[in-house]
This record gives sequence, C-alpha cells and structure tokens, in this order.
Amino acid sequence: MWMPEMPAFAPFFIGALIALFTQGKVRQAILLITPVLSGLHLLTVPVGTMLSFDFMGFQLEVFEVDKLSLLFGYIFHIAAFICMLFALHVKDTLQQISGLLYAGSAVGAVFAGDLITLFVFWELLAVTSVFLIWATRTERSYLAGLRYLIIQVLSGVVLLVGIIFYAHEHNTIDFAKIGLSDTASWLIFIAFGVKCAFPMLHNWVTDAYPEATPTGTVFLSAFTTKVAVYALARAYPGTELLVYIGVTMACFPIFFAVIENDLRRVLSYSMINQIGFMVVGIGIGTTLAINGAVSHAFNDILFKGLLFMSMGAVLHMTGKIDGSRLGGLYKSMPKTAILCMVGAASISAFPLFSGFVSKSMVMTAAINNGYGWAWLLLLFSAAGVFHHAGIKIPYFAFFAHDSGIRTTEPPKNMLLAMTISAVLCIAIGVYPQALYSLLPYDTGYNPYDATHVLTQTQLLFFSALAFVWLNLKKMYPPELPSVNLDIDWLYRRLFPAILTPFFNTFWAVDRAIRKSFMRGLNGMLGMISRHEPDGILSRTQLSGSMVIWVSILLAVFLILSFW
Amino acid sequence: MIQHLPILQVIIPLLAAPICFILKEARLVRWFVLIANVMAFVVSIMLLQQVNLHGTLVYSLGGWEAPIGIEYRVDELNAYLMILVTSISTITIMAAGSSLTKEMAESKQTYFYIAYLLCLTGLLGILATGDAFNVFVFLEISSLASYTMIAMGNDRRSLWASYQYLIMGTIGATFILIGIGLMYMMTGTLNMNDLAERLPEVEQTKTVFTAFAFFLVGVCLKLALFPLHLWLPNAYAYAPSIATVFLAATSTKVAIYVLLRFIFSVFGFEFSFTHMPLTEILVSLGLVGVIAASVVAIYQTNIKRLFAYSSVSQIGYMILGIGIGTKTGLTATMLHLFNHALMKSAIFLALAGLVYRVGSVNIKAFAGLGKQMPWTMAAIVVGGLSLIGMPLTVGFISKWYLILALLESNWWPVAVLVLIGSLLAIAYIWRLVEVAYFKPALQNNQSYKEAPLAILIPAWIFVIANIYFGIDTSFTVGLSERTAELLFGVAK
Repeated sequence: MWMPEMPAFAPFFIGALIALFTQGKVRQAILLITPVLSGLHLLTVPVGTMLSFDFMGFQLEVFEVDKLSLLFGYIFHIAAFICMLFALHVKDTLQQISGLLYAGSAVGAVFAGDLITLFVFWELLAVTSVFLIWATRTERSYLAGLRYLIIQVLSGVVLLVGIIFYAHEHNTIDFAKIGLSDTASWLIFIAFGVKCAFPMLHNWVTDAYPEATPTGTVFLSAFTTKVAVYALARAYPGTELLVYIGVTMACFPIFFAVIENDLRRVLSYSMINQIGFMVVGIGIGTTLAINGAVSHAFNDILFKGLLFMSMGAVLHMTGKIDGSRLGGLYKSMPKTAILCMVGAASISAFPLFSGFVSKSMVMTAAINNGYGWAWLLLLFSAAGVFHHAGIKIPYFAFFAHDSGIRTTEPPKNMLLAMTISAVLCIAIGVYPQALYSLLPYDTGYNPYDATHVLTQTQLLFFSALAFVWLNLKKMYPPELPSVNLDIDWLYRRLFPAILTPFFNTFWAVDRAIRKSFMRGLNGMLGMISRHEPDGILSRTQLSGSMVIWVSILLAVFLILSFW
Repeated sequence: MIQHLPILQVIIPLLAAPICFILKEARLVRWFVLIANVMAFVVSIMLLQQVNLHGTLVYSLGGWEAPIGIEYRVDELNAYLMILVTSISTITIMAAGSSLTKEMAESKQTYFYIAYLLCLTGLLGILATGDAFNVFVFLEISSLASYTMIAMGNDRRSLWASYQYLIMGTIGATFILIGIGLMYMMTGTLNMNDLAERLPEVEQTKTVFTAFAFFLVGVCLKLALFPLHLWLPNAYAYAPSIATVFLAATSTKVAIYVLLRFIFSVFGFEFSFTHMPLTEILVSLGLVGVIAASVVAIYQTNIKRLFAYSSVSQIGYMILGIGIGTKTGLTATMLHLFNHALMKSAIFLALAGLVYRVGSVNIKAFAGLGKQMPWTMAAIVVGGLSLIGMPLTVGFISKWYLILALLESNWWPVAVLVLIGSLLAIAYIWRLVEVAYFKPALQNNQSYKEAPLAILIPAWIFVIANIYFGIDTSFTVGLSERTAELLFGVAK
C-alpha cells in the first residue's frame, strides 16, 4: 500500500487469503475494501519498472508500469469493486475467493513486464476463473467449465512454447512489441488470439460465460478477454492481419446473436463483436486507433458489465434468462430496466453515452488510414449491435409481451453496483476528456463534432424506426427474438439459408474427422497400454517376456554397432 | 581423517548394518540408523567441500596403489550425487519409524533397516569407486538389499515382484559383468582411469563393441529404460512405502550415474557417440519411454503403480538428455536427476502417509481425501505439478533445459513430443486430483485424519525443496553445468 515496489496484484491475493479465514460481514468488508485499497495504492505508483529479479539468466519484471498498463489497471480495479459489490449478497466462499484471485491475476497480467510473468498470470486467470463457472454446480456448467479450462490452459501452453522459442531466438523475454515474423511470434499471437476470442477460436466465450453464476458472468466479462486485448495492444500494434480479424469478429457474432434466445449468450456474442472493434483499432496501429481500442476496452468493461449485471439481476430474481420466457418485467423491476437501458444506450454508442466516445475513435482511425471497407463493415456491425444488444436485450427482458412474471427489484447491493456503472457510463459520455487524459497517447481527439453526432444519431434513429415499424406491422412474433434491423430482409433469409447447410456439412465433416482420429488414437492407446486398470498380477508381463526384450535390445544394439 | 573421507562415506553405513543386529530392539535401531545416515550426509557435504578445494580426490584402499589395489575417485559428479543420495536417505529414514510400524511386524523391522543400510552402502560404493569390478560388486550389494526390502512388503505380491526383480536384476548384473570381463580381456586392467587410457588403442575391435553393448544393456536394465522397465512397476508398487521412496529417488539415479561414468569417462564421448549408435538408441527409446509409460500411467488404478510408471517416463527424459550428446543435454539430465529425486521423494512419502491412514493406494480410496488429509494431498499435488513441469517448481527447470538442449540441436519434433509427454502427465495427475478433491468421500471412510507428522514433515521438506530449487536454481544449475563440463572435459 505504501511502497511502489509492491506489485499491484499482491493486495488481491493477500485480501483473498484474509477473506478465506474470515466470515460474514468481516469477509464482505474485506472483499469490498481490497480493490479500493489496491486502487489507492495504484494511484501512487509512478511509471517504470518497480520490481524485478533474475531468473535463470533472464530478467523477470514482475511489476512494470506504463500508461497503457495503468489504464487497464485502473479499469480492472473499478471493475473488481463493482463486481464485488454486485456479488456481495452471495454467500459462497468458492465464488468470493476465486473472484478476488481472478481479478488479482488480471491485474498481475497487465503489469507483467516480461513474458514469463505474463504466462504465469495467463494460466492463473484460467484456473481461478473456472470456479466461477463451476460454482453454478450443475452437470452442464461442470462440463462447460471443463471445456473452458482446457481451452484456456491450452492457450497458456501454446504461449509457453512460443515464449520458449522467442527467448531462444531473441535472447530476451521482455514483453514489448513482438510483431508477426517468426514461428515464436505466431505461436504467441495464437495464444493471445484464443483468449481474445478470435473467430473460430471464440467458442469458449459463448459456451462458458452463459453457464456461470449470475454474478460470476459479470466477473468473467470484465477480465479475461480484456487482458488479451491488452496483450495484443502491447505486442502486436499495427499488425494488418488484425484489421481483418477484427472486422470479422465485429460482424459474424451479429448473426448468431440474432438467432440466440439465451440473453446472456446474446451478450457473449455481443462481447466478441465489441472486442472486434478493439482488435481493429490495434490492427490499424496509429496512436488514435490504439487510443480508441484501449478506451473502448475501458468502456466495454463498464457497459458490458452493466448489461451482464442487469441480466444477472433478472436471472437472480426470476430464475429465467431465455428471451422467449421473459417480458413485461419493467412493471416489477423498473429501476433495473432503466439501468439496463443505460447500458444498452452505451453499447449502441448513443451520443452522450460512453460507447460513443470510444467507438467513434476506432471508426475515425479506420477511415483516416484508408480502411474504407473496414469502416463500412464496422458501421454495419454498429447498427447490428444496436439491434441485438441495444434493443433486443432490454426489449425482450423488460417489455415485449407480458410473461406474467411478478417479482421485485434485486437486492440493494446489485442495484448500487449497476448504478455506479451506469453513472460512469454517462459521465464518460458527457465528459470524455477525463478518460482521454488516461490514454497512452495524446491526440487531442474530440468525438462531439457535427459529422459524428449526426451519422450516429441517424443510424440509431433509423434503426429504431425500422424496429418500431416492423413491430407494429406484426412482422415478427415476439417469441422469436430474431429481428435484424439493418440488413435487408433478403440477407436475413439468405444468410441462414446459406450458412445453415454450410455449417451443417462443415460440422459433419469435422465430426467425421474427429471421430476417425479418436478411433485411431484409442486403438493406439489400447495397443500401448498393455497394463489395463485392474492391476492384478495376471496382467503384468512374465519374466520370460522381459528377458526377451533384453535380448532383443542387445541384438539390435550389436547389429547396429557392427554395421 | 579428511583424507579418509571417500572410504568413510562407504564404510559408515556398511559397518552400521551389522551393529543393528547387536542392537536388535527396533526403536534403538531406528535412532541408530538415523545417526548413521546423518553421519553419511555430513561426510558427503565435507566431500563436496574437499572436491571444491582440491579437485578430484583419489584414495587407494589399504595403501595399495591403483593398478594393483582398488582406488576410490571422487570428483564433483560423484560428490553431487552422494549428497543427493545421503540427504534423501536421511530424510526418508525420519519417516521410516511410523510408516514401518504400520506396515510390518516389529521383529522384521530390524532386518529392514539392515537391508536399507546395505542398499545405501551399495549405492554410495558405486558412486565412490574408481574401479570397474568394484562397481559390479557394489551394484550387487545394493540390488540384493533392495530385493530384500521389496520382499518385506505386506502385500503378498511383493514376494513375486521381488523375485521378478531378482531375476531381471541378476541378468542385468551378469551383462554388466560380461561387459567388464570383455574390457578386462582387451586391456588387462579394471581401473577406470587405466581403462580410459588403454581402450582407445583397441577400440576398433568387435570385442570392445560387444563389451560396450553388454554393458549398456545391463545398465539400462538396472535403470529401467523402456522396454526393460517391466520389473519396476510391481517392485515399486508392492514394496514397503519407505523402500519405494528410497529406491525411486536414488537407485535408478545411481544407475544413470554408472551409465554416464562409463560412456563419458571410460569409453569416452568420441567412441560412444560416433562409433556406437548411442544417440539413435537412447533418443528413440527415451522418447518411446516418455510417451508410452505416461499413457500406461493414465490407466493405472493403483496410485503407487501410477507413479512408478511415471518414473519410467521421467527416466526417459533423462536418457533423452544424454542421447542428445551435447553439454546442455547433459546438464538437463543432471538437473532432472536431482529434481526427479525431489519430486518422487515428496510424492511417495506423502503416499506413505496415506497408506498409514487409509491402508490403500487404490484410486477409489482417494475419494474425498482432499478435504480429510489436505496437507498430505497437497504434497502429492505439488509433486505432481512438478512432474508436469509447472513454472516455479523444479520440474519446470529441468524441462526448460531439456527443451533448450533439443532446440539447440534443432530437434523440433522431439521437443514437441516432450511437451506432449507433459500433457500426458497432466492427464494422470488430474485423474488423482479429480478423485481426491471433487468426489465425495466414500461412506465408510469419512473420518481419516491427517498423516502423522513424522511422515508429513519429511514429505513437506521435499515439497518445499521442490519449490525452493524451482525458484533459486543457482545450486542445482551451477553444479549440473559444471558436472556436464567435467564429463565432456574428461572426454577430450
């Protein structure tokens, strides 16, 4: 708390340890105070390498601070506090402790000055967060968590291999700009990509996040992917491939979000979509673009957290999360509904809400640097966001047809946590300079010029108009939460029509390949493992066969040496 | 006194063994054996100091000079391994009292301690001596003592396992003897130094080739290189827990020392790696051993047997390091030798504690033990993480060096296979963790207490060593690098 050398993750780990041995109110207090104290500590830390030591001939920089990592450090602290507050009513030791450790690992990762430290926290992130998924304590969540863990650990293993190659070739493990060149850099890139939910590597997000506890998802949404965004921003700024990847990420989840009924899964898709914006920004790599990417990460943690919190509150109070089984909740949960709409407005980038001030930066950077097509696609996906996150989420949860569910507002701590997020969303939207002053570069960017505000407002209002009109015409039965406003109806029909058979054959082929592979593997394992489980003497080899091996080996060796 | 250190190292446990007969009383014997072990440990530390001060120590037995008499030679390599063997033996014996009381009758314990001391004598003798025939003699002493220890297990299958080990061990020893005999025939000497000098003159003969082949296969049988490992799983699984700890941690390591000593110091690097197909044999068998033994380990239900198979795969890593034939590879082997001894001591000692309370090492008996015996299970888990090669444990350090050595030689596919071996290790460790921490306890064993402190403390000494040497690597890496240089230096 008082010395700058103390790594920022330490308070979280210490706090978790203390919390483990306390109970009730004391533990709640510790859970809340830890991020606050740690945040205050972070405010006093200057830029530079704070803590380092030697490890096998390499310099381990456990705590390295610069403007980029500070920005993420701040938002992780804010997020940790809000998450803790939101989950304050939960009386589950497992979730409380792992939540704190998870937040601490994320903080540790962004302040890692070398790749080994990064790897350690990378794996810690996976191991600590999986308990938030398992905490649901259902068979389904156990399996989802296991899949999540396998993918995350695998990402860590790939990262480690990459690091070993990297250290071998460059003779340094400093975590700085890497850039795509040799095998090592590709391996590290892929490892980052897995955590960042690159297309085709993204399944764990939509698989595991909706299975976590109502409060656990809020934690998960804040940290893992943002750490990956941070890592990309540090190691691969200006890598053009990222622009293509980012645009794909921004666009493809929209189609899936449309056909999805589980509202938390819709949010998971929308999360990939938002990360797409950040990845595009990193790919463009100019100061403005990087600023846009990281500030969007900052804002995304807030508004996506807010949306996940409001859905968590709905799930907590009603036990349901499917769009088709909810509706009309505004009568009994008006405050939650309003807070949810603030989040929705932010993610849709309404002027005066936080999404606007950061998303526009990425868009401007795209068009300034000759990525006109990317700009167009991002615009399309921005409209898509407005549809599936901005309208679909609040509409189907709180309005639409009345599902007849009558409940009350969620507990006070939930409301308070959501309120804090909402206030921050609006505050940043109204006074973006506060956020801009924290950004790594000074670009003097101002989001509130006539073109921006007009474009965005037009986009949003016409989308909204279309939604209203379609709704009045009863073209979409409310039970089927699939309204895609901005794309022509042709595309709506065409895309599923093309995609479904394509994916069907794709998965069929994939299944066939995997099946034959597994069969081969099992056959091979069966052959190797002559000692089957029973472990009774009858299964072990006779001395005679051992002796045969001895003579075979001797013979082979003699033949080879006489050759 | 100081100049007699090399022989003291061997003679202390050797003389202590018959004294145990006189003491008779198991409790007295226990303390006496501990004292003898501590003395041996102190001697080994002094030896390393002496070696650091004066270089290689040469000691002629009975004042007879080398070509006629037997000579003990202690350089940094043996001194390093002597410290390893004596320290592990000492810490293990601390836990022996309570573990043995549970596992065998009081009357048998004295004999166990005697066998233990004799085994220690044999291992230290192999390390200390500079005479090829002496190696064989001490090898037999240690082997016969280990057959005895294994046969004393309270499972009836231990007799069978011991008998099988006896047959295989004897074949191995015979092969070694044939190898030594052929060398003697060609050179007329048994002293290793003389052998190293005279062998080059006759090395292009088929007799020397054959000698090398017999010797190599014999030693590989002793160190349980795949596929000559078949005696090992049962021997480890059914031996008394303390014997398992001791044998798993030291005996295969000493066999690897014999291999290193002969291929580098006696035959010489040039002969072993260029004239002989050593690289091909060692690398391919090492790799197959790593993968196959790990896969087999995944299917085991007897946990001692599981870790025995894991030992076979870990031996594969060490052999792989030798097979690369570079200094870094040898460093990796030396490191893993030391580190693997730490891991397996921690794990098998914790298992000894588990046997003490639960009485079974079947995987089913592990259900819910994570809650009931948290410290014991934690020791196994940390040891397991080390086996996998988690950073901050010793396992990571040795894997790192091994991979480094492979990359230096541009053997990418092999490096990948080594990493796959690590993944397989995750699989068999995870099975254990899953049962211990995520399965509810069985109905009839709700109330197991933590293992007795007498076992738990030694186990945790090893666990802490696992973590300590994983972070502060200056001692192990420094020594390993120096010994690797030493072996290569002798070769040139």
